[in-house]
Amino acid sequence: MKVAVDMNKCQDHGQCVFAAPDVFRLDDSGRLAYLSDPGDAFRADVEEAADVCPMQAIRIEA
Amino acid sequence: MAARVVVAGASLGGLRAAEQLRAVGWTGPITAVGDEPHMPYNRPPLSKRVLAGTAPFASLALTPRANTADVEWRLGTRVTGARLRDRVVVLDDGEELDFDGLVVATGLRARRLRCPGPSGPGSGRHTVRTLADIRALRAELALPGVRLVVTGAGFIGCEVAATAVGLGVAEVTVVDVEPLPMLRPLGEFLARALLRRHEERGVRFALGTGVAGFEGDGRVTGVVLSDGRVLPADVVVESVGSVANTEWLAGNGLDLSDGVLTDEHLRARRGADGAATAGGGAFRVGSEAGGRAFGVASEAGGGSARGASHEAGAPPYGTTADAGCLPYVVAVGDIARFPNARYDGVPRRVEHWSIPGDTARHAAKVLTAQLCSQPVDFAPFAPLPSFWSDQYDFRLQSFGSPELGHDDVRLLDGEADGDMLVGYHRDGRLVGVVGLGGPAAAAAAARHRSLLLERPALSPQGAAS
Ligand SMILES: Cc1cc2nc3c(=O)[nH]c(=O)nc-3n(C[C@H](O)[C@H](O)[C@H](O)COP(=O)(O)OP(=O)(O)OC[C@H]3O[C@@H](n4cnc5c(N)ncnc54)[C@H](O)[C@@H]3O)c2cc1C
Ligand code: SF4
Repeated sequence: MKVAVDMNKCQDHGQCVFAAPDVFRLDDSGRLAYLSDPGDAFRADVEEAADVCPMQAIRIEA
Repeated sequence: MAARVVVAGASLGGLRAAEQLRAVGWTGPITAVGDEPHMPYNRPPLSKRVLAGTAPFASLALTPRANTADVEWRLGTRVTGARLRDRVVVLDDGEELDFDGLVVATGLRARRLRCPGPSGPGSGRHTVRTLADIRALRAELALPGVRLVVTGAGFIGCEVAATAVGLGVAEVTVVDVEPLPMLRPLGEFLARALLRRHEERGVRFALGTGVAGFEGDGRVTGVVLSDGRVLPADVVVESVGSVANTEWLAGNGLDLSDGVLTDEHLRARRGADGAATAGGGAFRVGSEAGGRAFGVASEAGGGSARGASHEAGAPPYGTTADAGCLPYVVAVGDIARFPNARYDGVPRRVEHWSIPGDTARHAAKVLTAQLCSQPVDFAPFAPLPSFWSDQYDFRLQSFGSPELGHDDVRLLDGEADGDMLVGYHRDGRLVGVVGLGGPAAAAAAARHRSLLLERPALSPQGAAS
């Protein structure tokens, strides 16, 4: 599973971090960091993260 | 034909409901009916980056999950009525759609000021709820030398003011009957800090006064305040709260006094006098001035609701409640007035972006269980509210229910002019946090989220349980 965050849209809301803490995190300055190729085991979490992102910045590719 | 679910309202709540119905295994047909001509889109950027012109309209589209590929979207179509006993909704073209389960997701519309003066298209008076609203407003704010008056200092009004300053609008004045902006959702401490930040950036405020009328012939030239002053204005934004789109449900014996009253599983509750109160909600909200955008619904609505549900002898939550509710009708999003088992069980409407998703997840499980004759034996709905607001270069990020803790507000971190983290307490317990400032402030608020999630529910009296 590939995950892409449109960093032009992302505004560091961090909602994705609550939904999928193994894939997304905010660094100390509050900026988003994420795994672009998490295992398929995280699919449900990442779908949830994509739902709750207020900017709808997260795309799941295949 | 296989059993069908009709989703009334095709915005965030309607979309999430359709997705979640599929996610929990509902395989029957789903028809979503929405009166806007667009596929579901995201509203929060409307008053922020879309009004500012830094995000194109196209960027608003919500991305439906793949599992909704077979959902039928009836867009540009209004639901005009319902006969719930017969399980029928009526569309504006006269067609009747029968359903086995119904998701009510028709949300809110902006409340209009009813006072003398020019009104209607071309009058210069605007609201901020839909894409069409923002298109119209943006065009008028682009004219040189424009003087903008925003009536209602809630989140949406203050966001519009901030965006207008960024656009270089010549004069921006915000009016509210309350003494401070965003007072109800945030309390005095933060409201004061926000007033200062807006004033520093050139916004003027006329607080503690309502709007008595508008001057102008066909087009607004001034706003007449109830204290007698007149503010010159070329463009007016009315951000004085919202009205629930419940009219189409009238006559079905539901409690529609402020949105759709539900039980602890988001099933529509019967009301003492559904039909008679149907228009009442709009009216009561309408009689209050003061902007309250995506905050928790007004105490006025909540208070009378409390009375109504007690009259009906209904416990706030904890029973199967089948007698008091319509098990095949659920409400999601801004329109749902639900008890939150996390707090005191008092039903409230919550106008936060996170709520359509949260309500849809729970309501889809409930509706699917009902339609498949399975027990609804899961825990009551108990979301952790969260909202944000972006104004200028700062963000407000809230978790929990600050409005429940206005009497005990503490600065947890930071200082009045910089990033701040503010805690709201009830009976000594943290019930909400709000971060104000840059990303670090929002992140600090987020670090308290788990604390707010872990705490046991408040008892109905508000004492720690
Ligand atoms: C300008 C703006 C900015 C916001 N910013 C924030 C923010 O920063 N943070 C935050 O937390 N929240 C914010 N919100 C709140 C958030 O957008 C809402 O909570 C969310 O949109 C609610 O979604 P909903 O689907 O319940 O209702 P709505 O989005 O109101 O959708 C209801 C839909 O149903 C349609 N409809 C109504 N009646 C009928 C009918 N009879 N037949 C068919 N269709 C009908 C409506 O046209 C609409 O498309 C903002 C809201 C607005 C308007
Ligand atoms: S939720 Fe969305 S906007 Fe927020 S950090 Fe994650 S990707 Fe960015």
